[in-house]
Amino acid sequence: MAEPMIEVEAVTKRFGSTHALTGVDLTAEAGTVLGLLGPNGAGKTTLVRILTTLLEPDSGRARIAGYDVVRDADALRRVIGLAGQYAAVDELLTGRENLELVGRFYHLPKAERRHRAREVLDRFGLTDAGERQVKTYSGGMRRRLDLGASLVGHPSVLILDEPTTGLDPRTRNDLWAFIERLVADGTTVLLTTQYLQEAERLAHRIVVIDRGRVVADGTADELKNRTGGAVVEARVTNDTDLNKVAALLVGIGEGPPQVDAERRRVAVPATGGAKVLLAAGRRLDEAGIDLDDLGIRRPSLDDVFLSLTGHAATPPVNGGSAAAPQAGSAPRGRRP
Amino acid sequence: MNSPTADRPAPPTASTELAVIFSDIGGIAQRNLRRLVRTPQLLLISTAQPLLILLLFRYVLGGAIAIPGGHYVDYIVPAVFVEASLIGGSATSVGLAEDLKSGIIDRFRALPMARSAVLAGRTVADLCRSVLVLAMMITVGVLVGFRFHNSATAILAGIGLVLMFGYAMSWVFASIGLAVKDPETAQVASILPFFLLIFPSSAFVPVSTMPGWLQAYAKAQPATVTINAVRALMVGGPAHHWVWQSVVWSIGIGMVFAPLAVRQYRNLTS
Ligand SMILES: Nc1ncnc2c1ncn2[C@@H]1O[C@H](COP(=O)(O)OP(=O)(O)OP(=O)(O)O)[C@@H](O)[C@H]1O
Ligand SMILES: [Mg+2]
Repeated sequence: MAEPMIEVEAVTKRFGSTHALTGVDLTAEAGTVLGLLGPNGAGKTTLVRILTTLLEPDSGRARIAGYDVVRDADALRRVIGLAGQYAAVDELLTGRENLELVGRFYHLPKAERRHRAREVLDRFGLTDAGERQVKTYSGGMRRRLDLGASLVGHPSVLILDEPTTGLDPRTRNDLWAFIERLVADGTTVLLTTQYLQEAERLAHRIVVIDRGRVVADGTADELKNRTGGAVVEARVTNDTDLNKVAALLVGIGEGPPQVDAERRRVAVPATGGAKVLLAAGRRLDEAGIDLDDLGIRRPSLDDVFLSLTGHAATPPVNGGSAAAPQAGSAPRGRRP
Repeated sequence: MNSPTADRPAPPTASTELAVIFSDIGGIAQRNLRRLVRTPQLLLISTAQPLLILLLFRYVLGGAIAIPGGHYVDYIVPAVFVEASLIGGSATSVGLAEDLKSGIIDRFRALPMARSAVLAGRTVADLCRSVLVLAMMITVGVLVGFRFHNSATAILAGIGLVLMFGYAMSWVFASIGLAVKDPETAQVASILPFFLLIFPSSAFVPVSTMPGWLQAYAKAQPATVTINAVRALMVGGPAHHWVWQSVVWSIGIGMVFAPLAVRQYRNLTS
């Protein structure tokens, strides 16, 4: 693909005794979405602020569209659009005035910033509220206006810090579709998120950061493979059956069965999929075991996220995923 | 919205750079003036303080203060003009601290606008506000018995000096707002210049009534020379001496605090 649009090399940032970033490297190709994933306090916003020239790194180098965030800050600001973690709009101005003001600072001609403001209001379903002061807006409306403001200057690189936090599911879906369209037209997007679903849907590449450093980097599929492949999993009704089931399932999959006593589950690595599932079903049925559930489970990004950032004490990546918690139990993040 | 990146504007050329800076300043000034007219209660509150000071000294304390060769009302009213422009400046620091806190300054800082525009635009808007406040104070002054005793040119020059001093001081307040970064603290910190400049000055009583050590300070400091100059221009008396001192002070304050505030603004990146 094309040359990298966003390049971050060994960037560090410290606030007093807090090491917010301890040597972050990442790149994003032009026309792709880079998802920055990490728990609270991981350093996502700090990196976003460095990339948008709001903060200077202590060391390391970061460039957008070839412009250095420190040396070429002025030029860099012309090609980026930012929507920060908290909506930054003027409460006393109307929605339209806010957008036109931003357009003015991108130095668009007057007629164009009017046109652009109307377009953005329309795009984000705010046309009816356009002439109202922002202080009368709901939280979601403010968020949408803030996102809209980031687009007024037709940025070629869009940087969004938790863009869908606080949006209802429909609006979130609209925004995803919209971002996809921008990207199809060549915009490069860096977005931070705590929603794995969002990263999976949008991001061509996901960088997971935790405590100021990159702990994983790859496509959603690559990250999932790091926690191991699919497993066939049986949940028994009586935990007295656990060991019996484990014994019955020996040899049907690609590895030894793993017992998770707490959840009354036994799991077998099973790239074979359906075949292994049927074999397991036959054996357990013949033995007359009472089951609550039997199925194939593929690792989710939640598993990856949790195994990478959730348990500081255990090794970040392991082969057997049976002990990995189920999807739907994201560690510390807000859930959709 | 079909081709979001197609018509991105070209970066401004050097020849348009100055126009761009003025446009950016105008944008911020317009924003702040809109905020001003949409919160009229704030404007009223900020005129209440000088108004009360005026009434207090005109009617409560004024009777006990003897002014050699003149009416006390002609003495106090020009001083209140200067006081009002200084008090108005506290809105600069509070407003800036509020903008820092709300994150809107971050939005501006990530936009390709002139670095000095956020501060310059705000001080320009605050200057417009000073004009409004001053107009109100002149009206009230006339209502309580103040009379101009000089040529229109001199009176206008007096008004000009008040505004110039107020504008220079708004850079001091900008610097305070950027230093404390918190609206409540800014509010409290903005009272300090008032106690340092207005009370130990010729505003309410002649400097000659103060102890010697204080006179040395009170005579030379910018509020006193500006008040004396404005008084002389509005009600008569030798003005020259005070006027140039006031002009020098205002320019000096501006030349120190404007670059300082801009530097503080740039240093928000650390
Ligand atoms: N201005 C600051 N002063 C002091 N510490 C800071 C500052 N900004 C960030 N930090 C610290 O740096 C670390 C990283 O913060 P950052 O805001 O980048 O995290 P984040 O990944 O965006 O978290 P969240 O998901 O909660 O938004 C945290 O420990 C935070 O307390
Ligand atoms: Mg954050």
